[in-house]
Amino acid sequence: MSALLPLPVVVPLLGAALSLLLAGKPRLQRTISVLCLSGTLLVAVLLLVQAYRHGPVVVAVGAWPPPVGIVLVADQLAALMLVVSSAVTLCVLLYSVGQGRSETSESSPVSIFHPTYLVLTAGVTNAFLAGDLFNLFVGFEILLAASFVLITLGGTEARIRTGSTYVVVSILSSMIFLTSVGLVYAATGTLNLAQLAERLDDLPGGVRLALELMLLLAFAIKAAVFPLSAWLPDSYPTAPAPVTAVFAGLLTKVGVYAIIRTETLLFPGGRADKLLMVVAGLTMVVGILGAVAQSDLKRLFSFTLVSHIGYMIFGVALSTAAGLSGAIFYVVHHITIQTTLFLVAGLVEERAGSTDLRRIGGLARAAPLLGVLFFVPAMNLAGVPPFSGFLGKLGLLQAGVAAGGPLPGVLVAAGTLTSLLTLYVASRAWNIAFWRAPRTATSEPVAQLPRLMVGATVALVALGLALTVLAGPLFDVTADAAGDLLLRTPYVSAVLPGGVP
Amino acid sequence: MTESGAGPTLVLVLAVAVLVGCGVILLLERSLTRVLLGIIMLGNGVNVLILLGGRPGGAPIVGSGPVERMSDPLPQAMVLTAIVITFGFTAFLLAVAYRSWYLSGDDEVPDDLEDRQIIRRAGRNEASAADLGGEGPNGDPEQVDPEPARRRLRRGDDGQ
Repeated sequence: MSALLPLPVVVPLLGAALSLLLAGKPRLQRTISVLCLSGTLLVAVLLLVQAYRHGPVVVAVGAWPPPVGIVLVADQLAALMLVVSSAVTLCVLLYSVGQGRSETSESSPVSIFHPTYLVLTAGVTNAFLAGDLFNLFVGFEILLAASFVLITLGGTEARIRTGSTYVVVSILSSMIFLTSVGLVYAATGTLNLAQLAERLDDLPGGVRLALELMLLLAFAIKAAVFPLSAWLPDSYPTAPAPVTAVFAGLLTKVGVYAIIRTETLLFPGGRADKLLMVVAGLTMVVGILGAVAQSDLKRLFSFTLVSHIGYMIFGVALSTAAGLSGAIFYVVHHITIQTTLFLVAGLVEERAGSTDLRRIGGLARAAPLLGVLFFVPAMNLAGVPPFSGFLGKLGLLQAGVAAGGPLPGVLVAAGTLTSLLTLYVASRAWNIAFWRAPRTATSEPVAQLPRLMVGATVALVALGLALTVLAGPLFDVTADAAGDLLLRTPYVSAVLPGGVP
Repeated sequence: MTESGAGPTLVLVLAVAVLVGCGVILLLERSLTRVLLGIIMLGNGVNVLILLGGRPGGAPIVGSGPVERMSDPLPQAMVLTAIVITFGFTAFLLAVAYRSWYLSGDDEVPDDLEDRQIIRRAGRNEASAADLGGEGPNGDPEQVDPEPARRRLRRGDDGQ
């Protein structure tokens, strides 16, 4: 089974090289990308089953023994993230293939799109599977380099303008991450996460806290936690719809994943919990207030994205098993839903010619299926009862109430308020874009939406609904993962079976 | 790095401080070219910092001397990776700066959309129009009103 572990990283990278060579043959290029990502999804599911049944899967790359060599580790958290991210990237890829075929689209993807997209996937999977801090850094850099190309795709003035902000902010966060990697190595003499888990405990409290805060700072920029989130709503909306969708779904969540690892495996004990709770509450409230004021569908969703990151940080900051479990469930739910919403925004743009709420209306009559595709995930995001958004929020709020104390209480209130405001934002967008008198930005009759684009969006909406139906088993997995994360021993003993050297 | 292995030399520590300090100051500029220079200085400063994290000593090649007096090879390996990454990002940022200059005549990073809208509104001294449901009976978001006049117009267009 462990022989499968490098595949989610290696297959997309090889696929990227292959599709770059086949740049002149778009049909073959598409086939390769779809095959690579389907293979990755299959391997990810197998890894999750293995990790759930028999504990973490570990492979030492090049057979160098763990503390020195590079290890890839798929524990339940990593495997679960891998499954969701592969499923989402596959759907978005199909969507972009559909968009490339449609004649109405202004921004048909250029031949560089497929190789870059596969490299992005490889970066994301590498970050999830990384067993040492430097490999995590490399994973981040791979996905960032690919995302730089994707966000400036086509090189129009608007994309260059927003892209330059994104590039500079991302590089700055990488520099902070690299500095903390260097300092962690200077303090402990290792970068292997399992070995760090032991050695960091022996450091003086002040040094430990400083390292923790530096890592958190770097990851919080990537995850767009409130005081460091201003770059996100400005840079995401101008990119092509599939690119924005996959960025919104995955890139910030890689940051959240890194925060979960930092707070559980490397620095347990929760000395930064109060700080995290304060920023989580601010992220939720400030983010959603930003969404209330937006007049463009894509910008609006960017702000809800920032806002809902707060829920996950809240779950992590509780540092109880229930809180972590809720946070992991919420990450899974939010990757799916946020991606779906951005894809729907892309469909709206395709159908009505704009995502500006001032220029569109009455889409529910013009395109009823589009209305359903918007309504279900929007209500899911807001947390209307039967959906997974409600279950995730309920899990987090219950964990918050169970933790007790004034600060978690305030956070529970902020979470409820954010949920209500999200409902307001979602129904406002619904009323304006879908329910009022018909008006479209373009006057010419629109061609039929490409079937593959609609199909991929339907698949993601269905995945969101499946998360609702399968919430019970999923909560079992996340609770188990959270238990393992808090114990730390399953991870450490899987990587270093002979004990910590 | 010194052969005696007494710890990092003060010169290198000062170099890190100067590089990172200048890098941060340049990063705060508006022009992308200066930002780029800032990122190069910051990146090099951080790379030297990583190098300082390992044990100093002789060249880490087996057979060139006693193992105890070798420097730590791991930070050197990491720094090589980091240098390549910084190099790639520098090249990309240069391309972005050039493209920005090509398209708009300068390489300044402008204010974001929201800021510019607020400045424009403040200049005209008007309140922000956040309610986009539209005002008046025609724009009532709660109403499903097919707007007959406009439809007829469009059908007429189609017929021609």
